[in-house]
Amino acid sequence: MATAESSPRPSFPGRGSALGGISPVSVLLVAVAAALLVGCLRSETFAQLTVEGLALGAVYGSLALALVLVYRATRIVNFAQGELAMATTYIAWQLIQWGLSYWEAFFATLGIAFVLGTLLEVVLIRPVLHRSAIAAVIVTVGLFILIDGAVTWIWGGSFKFMPSPFGTKIYHVGGVAIARLYLGMLAVVLVSVVLVWALFRFTKIGLGMRAAALRPAEAALVGIRVDRMLAVGWGLAAVLGAVAGLMAEPSQFLLEPTLMQPILVYAFAAAVLGGLESPAGAVVGGLAIGVSLSLIVQYVPAISSELQLPFAFAVLIVVLLIKPSGLFGRREVRRV
Amino acid sequence: MSRLPALVSLLAVAGVLAALPFLLSSYNISLAAQVGIFFIAVLGLNILTGYTGQISIGHGAFMAIGGYTTAVLSRDHDTNLVVTMLAAFAICFVFGVLVGLPALRLSGVYLALVTFALAISVPQLPLKWSSFLGGRDGVQASRTVSHLWLYAVAWSAAAILFVLAWLILRGRVGRAFRAVRDSEIAAVASGIELPVYKTLAFGISAAYAGVAGSLFVLATNGFAAPDEFAVVLSLELLIGAAVAGLGSLWGILAGAAFVGLLPAVSSSVPVIGSDHGRDVVFGAAVVLVMLLLPGGFAGLLARLRQLARA
Amino acid sequence: MSALLELEDVEARYGPVHALHGISLAVEEGTIVAVLGPNGAGKTTTLRAVSGMVRRSGRIVFGGSPIERLGPAAVSRLGVAHVPEGRGTFSELTVWENLRLGAYARRGSIDSELERVFSYFPWLSQRRKQDAGTLSGGEQQMLALARAFLQRPRLLLLDEPSLGLAPVLVAELFRIVRELNEQEGLTVLLVEQNAHLALQAAQAGYVLEAGRVTLAGTSDELQADDSVRRSYLGY
Repeated sequence: MATAESSPRPSFPGRGSALGGISPVSVLLVAVAAALLVGCLRSETFAQLTVEGLALGAVYGSLALALVLVYRATRIVNFAQGELAMATTYIAWQLIQWGLSYWEAFFATLGIAFVLGTLLEVVLIRPVLHRSAIAAVIVTVGLFILIDGAVTWIWGGSFKFMPSPFGTKIYHVGGVAIARLYLGMLAVVLVSVVLVWALFRFTKIGLGMRAAALRPAEAALVGIRVDRMLAVGWGLAAVLGAVAGLMAEPSQFLLEPTLMQPILVYAFAAAVLGGLESPAGAVVGGLAIGVSLSLIVQYVPAISSELQLPFAFAVLIVVLLIKPSGLFGRREVRRV
Repeated sequence: MSRLPALVSLLAVAGVLAALPFLLSSYNISLAAQVGIFFIAVLGLNILTGYTGQISIGHGAFMAIGGYTTAVLSRDHDTNLVVTMLAAFAICFVFGVLVGLPALRLSGVYLALVTFALAISVPQLPLKWSSFLGGRDGVQASRTVSHLWLYAVAWSAAAILFVLAWLILRGRVGRAFRAVRDSEIAAVASGIELPVYKTLAFGISAAYAGVAGSLFVLATNGFAAPDEFAVVLSLELLIGAAVAGLGSLWGILAGAAFVGLLPAVSSSVPVIGSDHGRDVVFGAAVVLVMLLLPGGFAGLLARLRQLARA
Repeated sequence: MSALLELEDVEARYGPVHALHGISLAVEEGTIVAVLGPNGAGKTTTLRAVSGMVRRSGRIVFGGSPIERLGPAAVSRLGVAHVPEGRGTFSELTVWENLRLGAYARRGSIDSELERVFSYFPWLSQRRKQDAGTLSGGEQQMLALARAFLQRPRLLLLDEPSLGLAPVLVAELFRIVRELNEQEGLTVLLVEQNAHLALQAAQAGYVLEAGRVTLAGTSDELQADDSVRRSYLGY
């Protein structure tokens, strides 16, 4: 009977560990990408659906990345991540009502989200986390319910109309109709993700956050204030969530309190699929889920839209049975 | 729990429960019945999480299965309602084992999230098989029950299932469960068949949730529909188990009361009122309770006992 | 010359287990002080008490200020560099990133320090991009030392540096430590199983047994002491 500690967590993101080398998963991904490309070239519907799927998948991936950030920093899952994202989207709507332009509201909201995220960690999570991880998770569950109620109470449950920043223009590329909306969603999310990645990879504070997440005790020894790093991690997660919420919205045009709930579910699936420790996995997982759902609903009639959710999870469960810590996750060896 | 005080407290509880119907209005009796229903479900979840350390946020799915069992059997065969509860127990035990088997491969957070996935997906299934399972409109049992009936049956079932749990947990199985929770590695080293006990725990906890689900459907006019078993239910079960804490009967009672009563009470809080105010108050209460009592009610009791001893 | 570091009646515990039962010691500025003793005596705990990694009580004064209530990050920022047992390198990060972390708490340019570090450890500059986990044990120990030096500490806490290293590397390591002490004026509190090496490098020492100080003196005195010679020096 072999037992061992879990191997060291991969650093952010895919830094020579998670994606390094030719792993079976990488081969699989390349194969899938190739298949998608072929499909796009041969069918316009396929191409359109793929673009749409990628755009939606980017949103899932952004929220999934937020979940992974929180998990790497504090080893818990934040059940309220989606609701927080929804709340910040409502704040953006309110700012627009008060006269700000879309992009002014967008960036203001990101700032507000950062503050809310850090406050959340400091006030509600940190005091409990020391004593019991499960209690901290329940706090996030309570927040899920609380925020949902609060938003509905403040703004009412009816639909709100949110202007789309990308307009309704449609590009035609070789016979394929691609909405500017989807390109815009993809672009915004990818830029945000890349910026966050760059923060972690190239800045001092990013290095400090990585160190604090990897080995908090040793990080403290070089003077890193680990608690502060965790708070910043939560703040960044909230920003990523806000981006997800703001970008989820244009695809649905109507803002209402249950906006993020299905997205949270897909984000969980994406995060777990990619492996909860892997930021790259979260993004790839999100894209994968987005594209698969988009294509499957079209091409497999048995899977009607009601079965989207169960189908996603059936796939997730199958993947986890084969690779219990997700596609890019590191296995915790506890063979007993 | 030493013998005499435990017996006394049990009798006290039984006495109070017997007296309550005479003291409460019909509405409050239905609330008390709801506490009983949650008691059963949280008890089952406690066996799984408290004793074998596996976290499930999906027991709402088992409640759904149990509830639909009752509704369908009653609609199609006019089966005696208590018999349907037994059927729910058995069927959910089987499903619990079926879920518990693949769950063996997953640990900690992954298991929690996969069970969360279950909680979301399973209630969607009736939408697909709408001819048999009623689709969005749900399934209606052939008869409805009074609040009093519900109260009596719920708490009788709770008592029976509590005794059953006690018998299981004090015996070999219980010791095995505790060994698994404390250290899986040590448990295997002492010859305990891990998969058997972990799966068994899942089955038992699912069976309990199934019975709770049956009663839950009966509490809502015998009507089983997907919306009744939304994710919030599984979250409430989890909250109930967390508020209960581990290893205390009183804790489970407190946890059940918390999720059974608080949402109803919150909607009558002045100033806020309405359903959304209810969520705000309930959510805030959950956050506060966890901040103040991370070990749940059982943790509070343990600390009080320590203080009393000092 | 008042001591840079003073411990007065320090107790430390891991949960209910007491590891230190009231130890007192002093480290003069610019010296190397060794802490010797058998396994489980509390040597590592002593260092952890100084850097704030363990629950402790009693008085700990560093550079004139009390630090017994401070956490590890705060103590580190006051100028204490702790190289723990097992080196404390971040094996998932590169050599360069590990070094960079050493200077984390410092502002401004670290170029001159880097030059000095690379003069002591020339091979490090070629291995910058390598994951620290792929270095050998000895190299990781050197990396840990280099990182500690980049903190520009006034006090270096060194925990069992020779553990698991080949003798050649150990000799090299001690040579560098002595050089850092002599050239840079670095004060060192050294916990070491290899009493012989430790006493050769140090000017003073303490012997710890079961959480208490049983012997103290200059390294000459300790090397001449019978019980030390029998128990720790092997002759």
